[in-house]
Amino acid sequence: MATMVRARRRRGRLVWRNTVVGWSFLLPNFVGFAVLTLVPIVILFYLAFTSWNVFGAAQWVGTANFKRLIHDESFYTALKNTIYYTVFHIPLTLVAALLLALLLNRKLRGVAFFRTVAFFPYITSIVAAAYVWNVLFSPEYGPINALLRLIGVTHGPGWTVSATWSMPAVIIVGTWREMGYYMLIFLAGLQTIPAQLYEAARVDGANAWHRFWAVTVPGLRPTTFFVTVMLTIGSFKVFDLILLLTNGGPGQSTLVLSQYIYQKGFIENQFGYASTVSVVLFAICFLVTIVQFLINKRRSA
Amino acid sequence: MDLTLDTARRVEDTPVPADTPRRQRPGRPVLRALGYLVLVLAAAALLLPFYWMVISSLKTNNDVFTAPIKWVPDSIVWRNYVDIWQKSDMTTWLKNTMILSVAVTALQVFTGSFAAYGFAKVRFPGRDALFLLYVGTIALPWQSYMIPQFILMSHLRLTNSLWSIIALQAFGALGVFLMKQYYESIPEELSEAARIDGMTEYGIYRSVMLPLSVPALASLTLLTFVNTWNDYLGPLIYLRSPDLRTIQLGLNTFISQYNAEYALIMTGSVLSVLPIAVIFLLGQRYFVEGIATTGLKG
Repeated sequence: MATMVRARRRRGRLVWRNTVVGWSFLLPNFVGFAVLTLVPIVILFYLAFTSWNVFGAAQWVGTANFKRLIHDESFYTALKNTIYYTVFHIPLTLVAALLLALLLNRKLRGVAFFRTVAFFPYITSIVAAAYVWNVLFSPEYGPINALLRLIGVTHGPGWTVSATWSMPAVIIVGTWREMGYYMLIFLAGLQTIPAQLYEAARVDGANAWHRFWAVTVPGLRPTTFFVTVMLTIGSFKVFDLILLLTNGGPGQSTLVLSQYIYQKGFIENQFGYASTVSVVLFAICFLVTIVQFLINKRRSA
Repeated sequence: MDLTLDTARRVEDTPVPADTPRRQRPGRPVLRALGYLVLVLAAAALLLPFYWMVISSLKTNNDVFTAPIKWVPDSIVWRNYVDIWQKSDMTTWLKNTMILSVAVTALQVFTGSFAAYGFAKVRFPGRDALFLLYVGTIALPWQSYMIPQFILMSHLRLTNSLWSIIALQAFGALGVFLMKQYYESIPEELSEAARIDGMTEYGIYRSVMLPLSVPALASLTLLTFVNTWNDYLGPLIYLRSPDLRTIQLGLNTFISQYNAEYALIMTGSVLSVLPIAVIFLLGQRYFVEGIATTGLKG
């Protein structure tokens, strides 16, 4: 009896000691993380119900901001454009990244060079990239329309200066920028598929196409899931690219949610209302991630 | 799926072909040629903007836009690379960006690896829930809480100073996540043996874990450095005075100020990308590893 108590007390002391040591390791990072990430997230949900410009204090206005939101045309435009971008950017980047990864996973000469090339856009400064792309897209003098003229398209699209073509232009640049990054993730995923599986499939007489669907696709499921989640969040928060490439225009043709938050908050000083829009963005990302997790769980079960 | 950097490293060293036939079959050379063709086309498309940027910076301003387009300049003009230093505050921008990148990287690597040790090697109640909270915020767009964060920063009187960007970037969850993945791949027996020898946890972190995790530390260093160097939104919101501008902000103001000086703008763009390109080429292996690690344990 006495030994049990002593043992329990010793275990208790060990847990206590470990907790102190553990937290001492976390603390330097956790303080910054808590103050600059967790606290703002909590404040966000309070601010969304207030009316506040930089001066004075926040005033509780209840659900007034949300009522304003459901009648806000610009908000719907931003939401619609964000979904437009997301719906095209995700599959395009996913397929391009996967194709590149499959190509680079072979024994071809110069594979290392191509991998470097594919990753380069991702590490380029967005300011420089957006400027250069704007020049490339220039309808009359730009090289892109010049190339299109070579293949017979005499009146190339207006790209970033046309309300119809500005979003496709943004999607192209977004895909160009990110596919190398996701390609690396797919490449790492491909390495985890055991070579024996391919051998077995080959013995069974499966051709390359069948092997892709029967071995590669199931083997890549966790990777694909991760890539989809990251791409979804990345698409919903798209901002700096648009700010620099089109600034939301022409008109509101490329205005997206993040930019609308920025506009309301930092330009028009309506911090309360900007927070309300932020809550919507927050909720969308949260829900989409949860749904994707549930789907993934059901599929792998 | 339990992947560590060891598996990830293979991506870089040898592209182990999971799907290469042991013997060449008829029709294979055609496929191979097709593969090359696709790769070359993809590479050309990916590199077009860089090519355009570099050749434009080596032209006179009037030659940037010509009809038909000159894909190969007649003569190379280096003048722009001299003029840019006089016409812009490039030196200030580069200095600010350098200070920020170094400070943020140092803090992120230290606090990240330190916290990761706590998460990976010390067992205490609530640890896993807390880690989930960390990972959860990676999945949240920063844009959704930038407003309250800004308000908080202005209360702390950090806005419009380089400190704001340091505070903003240095405590990210990415470093903790990346280092934790790596520490978990280091066998528990090593730290257990050190513990029996009477080493404290801090001692184990310093003399066992840190030396063993050099590749992961390199990945984290490079990724953080590049992210801070390229960050545009943080500086845009927090740094208002001209003498605080980073290279990204500076380049953008330069673009709007000298909007007809195409060649000079391209020169500035090349200069803003160059340091990162060099760093990337030197440490490519670690980039690939770092990204593979973050990607595989989603």
